[in-house]
Amino acid sequence: MAQATAHAQGQQHPIKLYLVVWAWLFVLSACSYFVDYFQLQGLLRYSLIVLFMLLKAGLIVAIFMHMAWERLSLVYAILVPISAVLVFVAIMVLESDYTLLSRIVFFGPGA
Amino acid sequence: MAEQAATDFRTIDTEPTGLRSIASDFSSDRQAFRNVSWGKAMMWIFLLSDTFVFSCFLISYMTARMSTTVPWPNASEVFALTIGGTSLPLLLIAIMTFVLISSSGTMAMAVNFGYRRDRRKTAILMLVTALLGATFVSMQAFEWTKLIHEGVRPWGNPWGAAQFGSSFFMITGFHGTHVTFGVIFLLVIARKVWRGDFDHERRGFFTSRKGRYESVEIMGLYWHFVDLVWVFIFAFFYLW
Repeated sequence: MAQATAHAQGQQHPIKLYLVVWAWLFVLSACSYFVDYFQLQGLLRYSLIVLFMLLKAGLIVAIFMHMAWERLSLVYAILVPISAVLVFVAIMVLESDYTLLSRIVFFGPGA
Repeated sequence: MAEQAATDFRTIDTEPTGLRSIASDFSSDRQAFRNVSWGKAMMWIFLLSDTFVFSCFLISYMTARMSTTVPWPNASEVFALTIGGTSLPLLLIAIMTFVLISSSGTMAMAVNFGYRRDRRKTAILMLVTALLGATFVSMQAFEWTKLIHEGVRPWGNPWGAAQFGSSFFMITGFHGTHVTFGVIFLLVIARKVWRGDFDHERRGFFTSRKGRYESVEIMGLYWHFVDLVWVFIFAFFYLW
């Protein structure tokens, strides 16, 4: 019953929490913009882009979408299937490397 | 009755945690997502399917970009704006990002005020969210116009790999469509909030279900998802 009552009231969190997350999202977006503004290159650029992206995505999902307070079975039901996307990415990286190689070998100049 | 109540308490006391709680939820032979309304569960499952749609777009973009022998256009230069003689890289995209994040912030606060049953503030914050969303779409329309004038087409562009245009129009077009539908969805729910549907549990004209402030949270899930997708588009398409 205690849980049912909690549910009827819905998600109750202080407004300050949302303002803090909002400010962090601004800071992280500014950081990712400056990655481009200062024209960082190479591994540093890519790792910073992915880092800021994942931090922003994590904040949005966990706090704004209340995933951090949801029941674990719902969290797993939504987040675990997304790992299939990573497998798909791995497959397509291998596939596009192969395609690029074929294009260079067979359609490149002097082929 | 008393005995049953006592048993219920014991079940709550010994409720498993961690992975065991997932196993027990899914094997409980009843509603798997306990204490989660079906509306919210269904929205999450829809968002999961939408995640796969956008993942497929971004993966096809990755494949096109990795496998082409022609250099990829430099997004930093393509999306630069010249203001007062100085060229600022990605300026419009950065503003669009901040607008969308702000709309997510106002949406999160609308959900919060909804659960406090503050009808006025909820409706106003939702309207602000819709306004920011509409601003985002119009800036995107401006960006599309600019690029089309510069000669970007789905089959080619002046700067490099032809797939740049098709990826750009496909990905941002689908995202913009999501934002547009989100704005319409926001206006519909904001009207219901303003009218007091969720305070008086007025039944919906289509579903005949009692109005509840949870609708605002479900709407919020969709809106935050649109913002979430933009985070990935911004990182992979504009910055990479």
